Amino acid sequence: MSAYENIQDNGLLRFMTCGSVDDGKSTLIGRLLYDTKAILTDTLTQIEKTSKKRGMEAVDLSLLTDGLQAEREQGITIDVAYRYFSTGTRKYIIADAPGHEQYTRNMVTAASTANLAIILIDARKGVLVQTRRHSYLAHLMNIPHIVVAVNKMDLIDYDQAKFDAIVAEYKAFVEKMGLFGEDRDIKFIPMSALTGDNVVDSSETMPWYQGPTLLDVLESASSTDADERAEAFRFPVQFVCRPQDSANPELHDYRGFMGRVESGSIQAGDAVTVLPSGRESRVKAVHIGGEPVAEGVSEQSITLLLEDEVDISRGDMIVKSSEVPEARKETEAMMCWFAEAPLSPARTYLIRHTTRTTKAKLTGVAFKVDVNSQEHVDATTLAMNDIAKVSWKLAQPLFGDAYRENRATGAFIVIDESTNNTVGAGMLL
Amino acid sequence: MTTLSKQTLSHLDWLEAEAIHIMREVAGQCERPVLLFSGGKDSICMLRVAEKAFRPGKFPFPLLHIDTGHNYQEVVDFRDRRAAELGERLIVRSVEDSMKRGTVVLKSPDESRNKHQSVTLLEAIAEFEFDCCIGGARRDEEKARAKERVMSFRDEFGQWDPKNQRPELWNLYNARVHRGENIRAFPISNWTEMDVWQYVQREQLELPSIYYSHVRPIVRRAGAIVPVTHLTPVKPGEEVIDLQVRFRTVGDIPCTAPVESDADTIEKIVLETATTTITERGATRLDDQTSDASMEQRKKEGYF
Repeated sequence: MSAYENIQDNGLLRFMTCGSVDDGKSTLIGRLLYDTKAILTDTLTQIEKTSKKRGMEAVDLSLLTDGLQAEREQGITIDVAYRYFSTGTRKYIIADAPGHEQYTRNMVTAASTANLAIILIDARKGVLVQTRRHSYLAHLMNIPHIVVAVNKMDLIDYDQAKFDAIVAEYKAFVEKMGLFGEDRDIKFIPMSALTGDNVVDSSETMPWYQGPTLLDVLESASSTDADERAEAFRFPVQFVCRPQDSANPELHDYRGFMGRVESGSIQAGDAVTVLPSGRESRVKAVHIGGEPVAEGVSEQSITLLLEDEVDISRGDMIVKSSEVPEARKETEAMMCWFAEAPLSPARTYLIRHTTRTTKAKLTGVAFKVDVNSQEHVDATTLAMNDIAKVSWKLAQPLFGDAYRENRATGAFIVIDESTNNTVGAGMLL
Repeated sequence: MTTLSKQTLSHLDWLEAEAIHIMREVAGQCERPVLLFSGGKDSICMLRVAEKAFRPGKFPFPLLHIDTGHNYQEVVDFRDRRAAELGERLIVRSVEDSMKRGTVVLKSPDESRNKHQSVTLLEAIAEFEFDCCIGGARRDEEKARAKERVMSFRDEFGQWDPKNQRPELWNLYNARVHRGENIRAFPISNWTEMDVWQYVQREQLELPSIYYSHVRPIVRRAGAIVPVTHLTPVKPGEEVIDLQVRFRTVGDIPCTAPVESDADTIEKIVLETATTTITERGATRLDDQTSDASMEQRKKEGYF
């Protein structure tokens, strides 16, 4: 109870689970929610009823993640669902994405905001094609922390040798494919979501494993993106505040540039450059909610006041003058395509990058990636769920960083102007 | 300085920063947005977020309440007072006016007006040509909500199509619409009931008095606590009890039930929320238990 009063707040962690129902993914999420007491009595009663109705003997924890009526009718999961739990010290947001091949777009969506990915492996089956697919996508989306959960240990008699073999097989695959880079944080945990071994509580049946439980890893992983981000200050302007309140002459000249610090930090006195104009100035003050603060840091929504009167509007980016990113009039990128209609080199699309929108045309497809084998395939266009390396020509310059360096300023979406739909996601190279 | 930039934001600071970012995206991308304000705790939090997002300027949107005519008077009074304190414009459109126009037809005089708010909302959207409604829905409330986007597209009939939602990646929100279509934006999507109470506590936000423990005449009906009001009268054979209760959620009188509680301060409410065994909806909604999919159904029809 006093958890909510006395224990230090350890922030918020967003993570995703990769796997299919067969791997026990829903059971794992159900287990996490249940063991952290995020499932309350009425919900439990409801799933008990449903379990009985479907002729099951025990309560099926996977029903906790059962979604929409539309999905139940089709017997499939069609979309990312977000779930929440808290340990008192840390708040968690789970992005639960269906793992089927045709839903690459859902995995990519879930991964875009995740700081940790749990990749589920069925201990009886080892590294499968889908394990490779999930790992590749987690790598592509640059998720900082990876947990390989070797699940269903109860079905292989908690056998250490089999676990060790799966770990070795996975490591070999990752090394061969060049995934994740050398410094990436990958942890392996033998567990049983069904019995709860090594999920929240340490397993008594696997004394040979002395490592952390899944919850231990979640509790200690660096929270949100802050620790992972590049130090360069990046501040896309979302909105300009000009109160012009006639009753308050002090506000007459007030111009506040509002946005979220995507990376780095900023203080009064810092020399800044405004893009694309290149105009320079100094920060007069940093405000949050109209009140001055000493510093604005990564992920905070702030308001910047500058010393000079500079013409700045939404879509501009304020950076420190010592670390100005390059202007890109054309760019290479990794793309994931979402729309039924293929990406057409003949058409003009809109690209939204930070708060900036520009028209863009595809100028080439270098290769497509087979997500199952990670092999490169020749292609001239992209169909739904395709992943490819492409190049774009842009009507207006973008000021971005490579996605590997900075997820916030390296990411963009593609919008089809005729439908206004989001049809693709891209990562600057 | 480097060490400072690596500090961890507390979970409330992070959620607040995200909500501010979403509201500013609405202000930056949409031409005629509106913020739905009911006087309930979630929308009270949203007003504080809006203050942090836009002060010293005015809000770049008016406030809108769809009044069923079945709200608790304390909440309606609070709604008007809070809007006046903030100096922001409040628009009220009522389901009763829709009934007079004949666009809302009740099956029976005592039918819940809750789902009929959709009609009045769509009428208000058409009247003011709103292209975005900012709402206080949370994904933890209900499973249909768990899959909804932060910026959720509605066609010109106000319909939500769960099978055909726009992909939403990173914090790159797409609020583009054609004329007649609109976006529902949910800045506190990622907040839970606990986060809301903790935010009320941290920001010392004033709430309508019925959120705190008080004595109220109630009857017990089919396991629920039903407050005795002119809309929910005592049925023959029922015994009226004076009970110490509070509301976890306030809405339409006929479909909102209080919970038994002696939590008369925000501190006590936070502690109680930490130890409760019943979900917010399960404890307090008298309408959602009818069907597994009733929220999904309402949303497809244009509900918030």
